Amino acid sequence: MTTAASLPAVAPAARERTRHLLIALGTPLLGTFIGLLIGAIMIVLAGDDPLVIYQTMFLGAFGGGRQLTETILQASPYLLIALGLTAAFRARVWNIGAEGQYYMGALAAGATALLLPGVPGYFMIPIMMVLGAAGGAVWAFIPGILKTRRGINEIISTLMLNYIAILLVQYMARGPLQDPQGFLPQSAQLVNADRLPLLFGSRIHLGVLIAFLFVPIIYLLLWRTPLGFWLRAVGSRASVVRYAGVNVDRMILFAITFSGALAGLAGILAVSGDGFRLKGDISNGYGFDGVLIALLGRMHPVGVMVAAIFFAALTVGAQAMSVVSQLPASLASAIQAVVVLSVLATDAAVHRGRD
Amino acid sequence: MSQAGMPVLQMRGIVKRFPGVVANAGIDFDLLPGEVHALLGENGAGKTTLMNILYGMYAPDSGEIWLRDRRVSIASPHAAIALGMVHQHFMLVQPFTVAENIVLGQPSPREPFNENSRDLHKRLDALSQKYGLAVRPDSPIWTLSVGEQQRVEILKALYRGAEVLILDEPTSVLTPQEADELLAIISRLAREGKSVVFISHKLGEVLAASDRITVLRDGKVVGTVAARETDKQALACMMVGREVVLSVTKTPAHPGETRLALHNVQADSDRGLPALRGISLEVRSGEILGIAGVDGNGQRELEETIAGLRVTTGGSIVIGGQDTTNTSPRQTGCCGLAHIPSDRYRMGMLGDFTVAENLMLQRLGSPPFTQHGWLQWDNVRQAARELVTAFDVRTPSVDTLCGNLSGGNAQKVVLARELARAPRVLLAAQPTRGLDVSAIEYVHRKLIEQRDGGVAILLISTELDEILSLSDRIAVIYEGKIVGLVDAGEADVNEIGLLMAGQSRQQGHLREDRVPQEAL
Amino acid sequence: MNWSLLLSTAFIVALLTSAIRLATPVALAVLGEIITERAGVLNLGLEGVMSMGAVAGFMVAYYAMMAQLGVWSPWIGLAAGTVAGIAMGLIMGWLSITLKADQVICGITLVLFGQGVANYLYRQTFNSIAAQGPGMAFAPIPGLSHIPVLGPVLFDQQPTVYLTVLLTLLVWVLLFRTTWGLKIRATGENPAAADTSGVSVTRVRYQALLMGSALAGLGGAVLTVAQLNMFTENITAGRGWIAIALVIFASWRPWWALGGALFFGLADAIQYNIQALSQVGLGAKTLPYEFLLMLPYVLTLVALFVRSRASHGAAPAALGRPYTMRRVE
Repeated sequence: MTTAASLPAVAPAARERTRHLLIALGTPLLGTFIGLLIGAIMIVLAGDDPLVIYQTMFLGAFGGGRQLTETILQASPYLLIALGLTAAFRARVWNIGAEGQYYMGALAAGATALLLPGVPGYFMIPIMMVLGAAGGAVWAFIPGILKTRRGINEIISTLMLNYIAILLVQYMARGPLQDPQGFLPQSAQLVNADRLPLLFGSRIHLGVLIAFLFVPIIYLLLWRTPLGFWLRAVGSRASVVRYAGVNVDRMILFAITFSGALAGLAGILAVSGDGFRLKGDISNGYGFDGVLIALLGRMHPVGVMVAAIFFAALTVGAQAMSVVSQLPASLASAIQAVVVLSVLATDAAVHRGRD
Repeated sequence: MSQAGMPVLQMRGIVKRFPGVVANAGIDFDLLPGEVHALLGENGAGKTTLMNILYGMYAPDSGEIWLRDRRVSIASPHAAIALGMVHQHFMLVQPFTVAENIVLGQPSPREPFNENSRDLHKRLDALSQKYGLAVRPDSPIWTLSVGEQQRVEILKALYRGAEVLILDEPTSVLTPQEADELLAIISRLAREGKSVVFISHKLGEVLAASDRITVLRDGKVVGTVAARETDKQALACMMVGREVVLSVTKTPAHPGETRLALHNVQADSDRGLPALRGISLEVRSGEILGIAGVDGNGQRELEETIAGLRVTTGGSIVIGGQDTTNTSPRQTGCCGLAHIPSDRYRMGMLGDFTVAENLMLQRLGSPPFTQHGWLQWDNVRQAARELVTAFDVRTPSVDTLCGNLSGGNAQKVVLARELARAPRVLLAAQPTRGLDVSAIEYVHRKLIEQRDGGVAILLISTELDEILSLSDRIAVIYEGKIVGLVDAGEADVNEIGLLMAGQSRQQGHLREDRVPQEAL
Repeated sequence: MNWSLLLSTAFIVALLTSAIRLATPVALAVLGEIITERAGVLNLGLEGVMSMGAVAGFMVAYYAMMAQLGVWSPWIGLAAGTVAGIAMGLIMGWLSITLKADQVICGITLVLFGQGVANYLYRQTFNSIAAQGPGMAFAPIPGLSHIPVLGPVLFDQQPTVYLTVLLTLLVWVLLFRTTWGLKIRATGENPAAADTSGVSVTRVRYQALLMGSALAGLGGAVLTVAQLNMFTENITAGRGWIAIALVIFASWRPWWALGGALFFGLADAIQYNIQALSQVGLGAKTLPYEFLLMLPYVLTLVALFVRSRASHGAAPAALGRPYTMRRVE
């Protein structure tokens, strides 16, 4: 016998599920739309026609084979980093240091490759990938252990390490690793053997494929393995995970190290796939954008993939647009930030309305 | 109309609905000046909702509230200034002093600056003398005992000019002696002209303290009686709607071998102060050992050290013959321990995850729920469905989020999960906290069942009635030590009450070594 | 290494003077965040707020200068930076207090938003020109500034330095001597207690947040208007984040915040005074400048490490958790 107070709210399960799905998809779409609208206002204030600008950007990103290639190329570091961050964020481990981990991965692997130019490619490239992941992993492990042992907030520690990593790579590119044949603060080029093979006879390199491969990998990890379950549980209520007998600190360390590894891998993939040199600006804020993309993609691999392409489209499109208009390419970052902000707001507003 | 006869407070036809439940279904309630009026009902009967409406937390869907001769609508707690609510969980800022807590939100004579503390303390001393609520205004809250903190709460209400005081389950955190003192304070308040509403589910004190008693059941008023014209049996019957068996019938225990043994266990609290000072006890198969005590005497630390969630600073814990001191919940689980945690939302279940996931929680990583490294969700759901049926958990499906279940059903999930692990030792901490009578009966039945099946059960509870009705042996914990151990048949309630209070009247002094959990 | 030169009065004075000046933007941000966090709101968006304050302050000061407003220009710029800070605070407040979105996510997003928009605004207005603003003159206090050693260090500074010290005092008085401060601190420790005592938790949190981001915006403006007299992308270089770390380091106490900021200012000053350092033997040959640039960040990590045990209990108890009051519909 139950009293009135103990009757749970009952609703047909199937209808509830489609409602959930609609809300889960519709909310970020609505937020994106609002964000683009605000972006349009910014364009108007800058004295330009938003429809023309958006159209130019769209064509610049998707208008042809070359543009599409550029967009996909741009999306792949975004994607790989954001996928790693998805795993970390699901555990509420706020790794904001993906930028630094990217640099350290590139440094570890790139320096090794530069120092051993004679090693054959089919040997060196896998080693570079492992070293890249290791470099990022170690750089992420440090703030991880600071968090679990000393309770130091990982947001600040990963950020400080960002600056340190970037400066370190700058120094190495200017100093010990500098290209002896030039005056610029950059390393020598990687030998041909160490560059990633290209696919489909285009500029799309192996790294792009690897990045997209991680989409199903992350999904399987988070929703089909016990480890992934516990990661998500830690992000929900770590005290219950402890009660259930799982080592929460180990989960946190895994989350942050794993995301660092992917960021480091992204670093070396970008360098050996495109650019081929170590220098101070091998990243254009990929690490930070990765954070935004993970949030925009609602921390789900498919959403993150869409968000990464969206971001890449904005970046590539803005570059194309800045050539023909007087608006600077950094408009893209402004619009990206506005979109994420409005998706966040829309999401919060919708969930608040349902409480 | 004479002022003396007019109710100081009247609620007429109050209706309040929440999704899926009608909390208040047309309630009439009135309060006479200088009266102590108890609101009695089991958990979920609607008493707290009613008082929250009075206090301005909710708006009623329909009905009226009258203060003396004026109809009012109370939009927020700020507007309910004439009504002083003393919540069950104190609303005090721990690092602040008593004085700071009392004047928080009140205008200061030296706006915008704080009032001069000497003047303020003098005024507060006068106020507390008047009502017999002695407490030092410059003490930080975290240094005060629970009883003293409650007095601060009452002072807070009085300082703001409350004519009506609403006390929500005020004795739930007090020792029997402190409870007696509180009842004396309530009488004095009534004599000084205040009107008191007393919310409780404890029959004894309701009879002792109040002038009139209104009984709620399922959101309706069952009746309003004068305290001296009724008794416990009648009240219980009104509360539940049928003849209530005030104690569980059980067959005598046949204890077997020792399954859980603690030897001189010491442990610190979160603050680093000693919380367990040498606990030794044994629980044998087929018996229930009940640990009685007022909240805050080390129960939480005891629970956590046994479960492997807290390190000990000395002593040993042996489960099923294996030393599990300072191991982990995984280890204790492997040795046959199942744990019903005292805080089901912090420890017991993941609210954002499904019933199925919660039901299999500790077993998810093992076959058949994981095979070759991959989770087999179909197996998980199937096993979950079986448990839901076996334990009569009311849920739309096993895919419902656990946080959407009612308290009783959530606790059933925890119970089902732990019992499905076929434990040899069961650690049940506050297993019926926040549950309604039928859920409580269910849990009690299950515990007895397990005992009869040979499980060794350690029951930790702050509800003395529960301890008395379920246990075969009773131990009392006080300030981290076991201060008494008796067979249930020989237990004397009064003596146990004294043991729970340390066998002496110690109120009002600074306990430097025992810091309330809230201060952490 | 030329020890006599290193320890010479002139060098130390120069270093300390720089240190105090460079500490100012961070000090303001830390003060602001202390107020905000004392009310229980974790504003991680400081870096973005400072960026917006920096760009708004600089651009308005520049245009004021162009409009021949002379010596008022930097002050108008500072005011603009403060207003920009308040605007950012409103966004953060709306997201995290009203909409109850996760405070951590809001903060991080706000940083990227602030930086992105700030960089874009500058680019949009100035293209690639490195514009020069009006700058701010030093204001030596007569008499006091002639005391040997301490004089020039403490009393021959820009007015913004004196302002910062004054603001520190005001913040201390506010938090610990006024009823408003009592409400703020109560809201951060136990919002339910504050609510039932008649304090509007939402209003107090908004007020604290706006005050905090106003100060942070001012800090950003001080950076571009009074100190560097220019703006580039990411000119705040992590100061906002360092400020957040310093709040923990200062145990949420205003005067200690000044100390922490000075600590950072010294690290920064060492980096700026490289010229002087190379004269005493420290320089590019012994230590590459990148490592000197790393100094503030490394020191922040060290500071966090050192304080990590001690500060565990000092945080406002309800920090970072949104408060849901069950209200009348």
